[in-house]
Formats: sequence, structure tokens, C-alpha cells
Amino acid sequence: MSPVVELSDVWVELGGHPVLEGISLAVDEGEFVSVVGPNGAGKTTLLRVILGLVRPARGDVRVFGTRPWELGRGRARIGYVPQAEGIDPDFPLRVIDVVLMGRYGSLGWIRRPGTADRRAAREALELVGIGDLATRPIGELSGGQRQRAFLARALAAEPRLLLLDEPTTGVDPAASESFYELLRRIQERGVTIVMVTHDIGVVSRYVDKVACINRRLVVHGRPEEVLTDEALAEMYGCAALFFHHGRVPHMVVRRHRTFRRGEGR
Amino acid sequence: MSFWAYAFMQRALIAGALIGATAGAVGVYVVLRGFSFIGAGIAHAAFGGVAIAVLLGMDPLWGALLFSLLVAWGIVHASRRGHIREEVAIGILFASSMALGVLLLGLVPGYQTDLFGYLFGNILAVGPQDLVASVALTGIVFVGIALFYKEFLLITFDPGMAEAQGFPAGALQGGLLSLVALTVVLSLRVVGAVLVAALLVVPAATAYQFVRNFHRLLLLSAALGVGEVVAGLIISFYLDVPPGPTIVLLSAALFGVALAARRR
Repeated sequence: MSPVVELSDVWVELGGHPVLEGISLAVDEGEFVSVVGPNGAGKTTLLRVILGLVRPARGDVRVFGTRPWELGRGRARIGYVPQAEGIDPDFPLRVIDVVLMGRYGSLGWIRRPGTADRRAAREALELVGIGDLATRPIGELSGGQRQRAFLARALAAEPRLLLLDEPTTGVDPAASESFYELLRRIQERGVTIVMVTHDIGVVSRYVDKVACINRRLVVHGRPEEVLTDEALAEMYGCAALFFHHGRVPHMVVRRHRTFRRGEGR
Repeated sequence: MSFWAYAFMQRALIAGALIGATAGAVGVYVVLRGFSFIGAGIAHAAFGGVAIAVLLGMDPLWGALLFSLLVAWGIVHASRRGHIREEVAIGILFASSMALGVLLLGLVPGYQTDLFGYLFGNILAVGPQDLVASVALTGIVFVGIALFYKEFLLITFDPGMAEAQGFPAGALQGGLLSLVALTVVLSLRVVGAVLVAALLVVPAATAYQFVRNFHRLLLLSAALGVGEVVAGLIISFYLDVPPGPTIVLLSAALFGVALAARRR
């Protein structure tokens, strides 16, 4: 069984600056992996590489065994939840209209959504638990509800692989936790999940594996194995305090005292 | 005498209604995407094309069409390459295109009145062949919106999602701006380059005060556009004032009323 996502020695440069340096990473079918790292670590770029929107300067990417920019209609098997910031919350659309957009990719050009698409959109909304909000304007939803709506939009395409970019930004902790639990239930349906986040401590209770990146892959493995003080300090490149509660260290304070490690390491 | 008794008024009203509908509908995308300045930029840039066409002895509409489409795609290209910010690209493109237009038209003796006409509209200038062009351009814009309804909605709401689903974001952006360009060309005769920018923003902004459903917003904005242009033309006929500014001031006043009504 080949992995759903496979990156081999991927190098990416954007505008002459290195963004990803030699990343090798495999995500197996049905796995729930979180990608963590500081701002500017290339987390979003990594997702864009998997989506086929950024082509690596060096190295190889395979998604479902194919280069992602050659997936064509197969791209509909990838569900994507982008960062919420780029979206105008006052846009005149109902929740169900937004969810229906998840079907656009598999419809292709010009064709309009039909009854099967509407049914899929409804089901996706029910699955994320906000079926009752279908006809509300998207702008009236709370942060947590809106995130569920965007998740439903990705799920409406019935994806085999789900990519999420900081899905819990601006969502309160309780709502974030129930959002992660929801992702676990989606994973149980056999969907492979890759989620970019900065919510290290909490997320590690839900995911199978954590990939820590800071342009390079720092570590990749089971949360309790990889989330060590050393790995986190290396990734963030600054002194940080971690509380160990349970098995996984929880980052509490990040001192912004400059504490640069040698570039050669 | 009634306004309908004059053939020029009939032509102006028909052309005006088409412009109102087109600018109203396209304006919804302009307003929601935050393209207000781009609409104005394309409108002014068309002027350079008008001047070149006049110098070459061609129909000015072709020059305007070419230039506004060039600027529309130029903006998309510049912003996607990421070297310069969108509004900087527009600022440079539209100012130089306009300067070129004024300079070139200065070389043609006797064209000063027409210059004013293209900037602020000239209702008497709407000839029978302009009417044919208006119908054609309106047709293209509405067929474009109907065919690519879902694609344009997606690119306006969430360009990142459009890309992730495999739609070419740049081409869709360019397509939308091309609709803006066609609307501008369509409007040059009646309201002029300066005032069409207002028609691309005000009816949509007014409709947005009342409607929170994209489809209805398109329809209401187009209807408001038609009503405002037609009413403005009739008012200007009876008051014997220039129609372009009358239309714009009337729509701005309606927007003010809408805003006040919603505040309540």
C-alpha cells in the first residue's frame, strides 16, 4: 500500500527565498497528521505543494501515487480548508451555498450543481453538526460554526484526503477541541487528514503523528516521541518553556529573547 | 414635448438601460471583490485607446475596447507575478494611458469637445450603430455571467478555494475584469469614462443594503442600475442639465437614502 501523500526531498523557493528545504514526508492512508512549526516555517507552502499549486524546484511529490498537478479530476479527491482570514464574512451567501462550492471542482466548467450535489452538501452539513444553520447567512455564524461550515464545504466533495490550514485560528479552546474530535470521527471513516496548526499541545492528543517543520523537517513521528524540548527548541529557534503534563509537553511561554542556533546545524 | 418624441432620446434611453443593467450586475463583483478602484482605473485607461483610434480614423469604441482589455489583463498579470501591488499597477497604467490619450487628442485639431464627451458622456452622440454595439456588448456580458456564474462566484468569494479545486484563478480574475472592461466601453458614449466608475459601484452598494443573497443581489443591482440611468436621463432632459452627472448624483442620493433606511 503506497502512502496517500509522499514528499521526497522537496525543495521550494518563492521569490528567491528558500521556503522548504529537503522535506521528505509520507502520510499513510487513514492517518491523521498535524504539521506544526513557527510562522514562516513553510507550513502553508507545504499544503500548496500537496495541492499541486506550488511545484518544487527539486524533489518529487506524489498524491494518490500521482504528481498533484497532474491529478486532473482526481483533485476532487482532495478536500481543502483554507485559512479563514482571506474570506469576507459579510459576503451575501447562505451557509448551504458556501458548502455547495465544495462540489464545484468535481463539476468542472460551466455545469451547475444539481440535486445530487445539493444532497451531498446537506449531508456534509449534517456530518459537521450544523445542519440546522443551512439557510443562515454565512456572516451570522460564530467562529467555530464558520469553521465547521468550511469543513463541510471540503467534505461535500467526498474527499479521500483532507487538508486543513490553521482551522482553529480565532476559535475558542472548547470549540477547537470539539472541532478536533469531529476530525477524529471523519478520520474513522477512512479519510486521511493533514492539518497545519500552531496548537501543538492540544492537537497532539488527537493526531497519530506530528511533523515539526521549520523550512526543514525537524522531526516526524508519534506525538509523545517527537515533541521533546529539544525538538521544539530547535524548531522555534528560541528558548521556550514546556510543561510536561501527561505524555506530551505543552508549550506555555515563548521567550522572544534572540537565541539563534548556528545556521550550519 | 415628451422626451420619447426625440429619436436621440429613444436611443439614449435604450443604450442607457443596457448600461444600467450591465454596470449594475458587473458592479456586484466589483464591490464584493473590493475592485472599486480597478473599475475606475480601467475606465480611465480606455481613454488612451479612444485617442489612438481617433488618430487612426477608426471607431473610438475599438480603441477603448482594446485598451481596457489590455489594462484588465495587465493588472491580473502584474498582481499575480507579485512584483508590484495591484493598486500600484492600476495607478501607473491608468494615469499613463490617460495622459497618452490627452496628448494624442491634442494633436488632432477640433477634437477637444469629443474629449470632454468621452470623459463625461454625450447623449447626442449615441447613433444607431452605437445601439447595435450596446446590444452586442450587453449580450456578451450577460452570457458571460450566466455561463460562468459558479466560477465567478467562487473566484469572488474565495480565490484560494478556486485554485485548490483546479480552476485557473488568474484566467477567472481576468475574465471578470474583462466584463468590467466591456461595461466601461459600453458606457463611454452615455455616461463617460469618469462617471461609469460610479455606476460600477453605487447600484451594487445600494442593493447590498437590502439583500444578503448573491443571486438576488445581482438582479436587484441590475434593476437599480436600469432605473437610475433611465430616471437620470429623463430628469436631465427636463431640467436641461448634463445627463452623466445627473445619473451619478441620483444614484448617490439613492444610496444615501438606502443607508439611512437600513440604519433605522
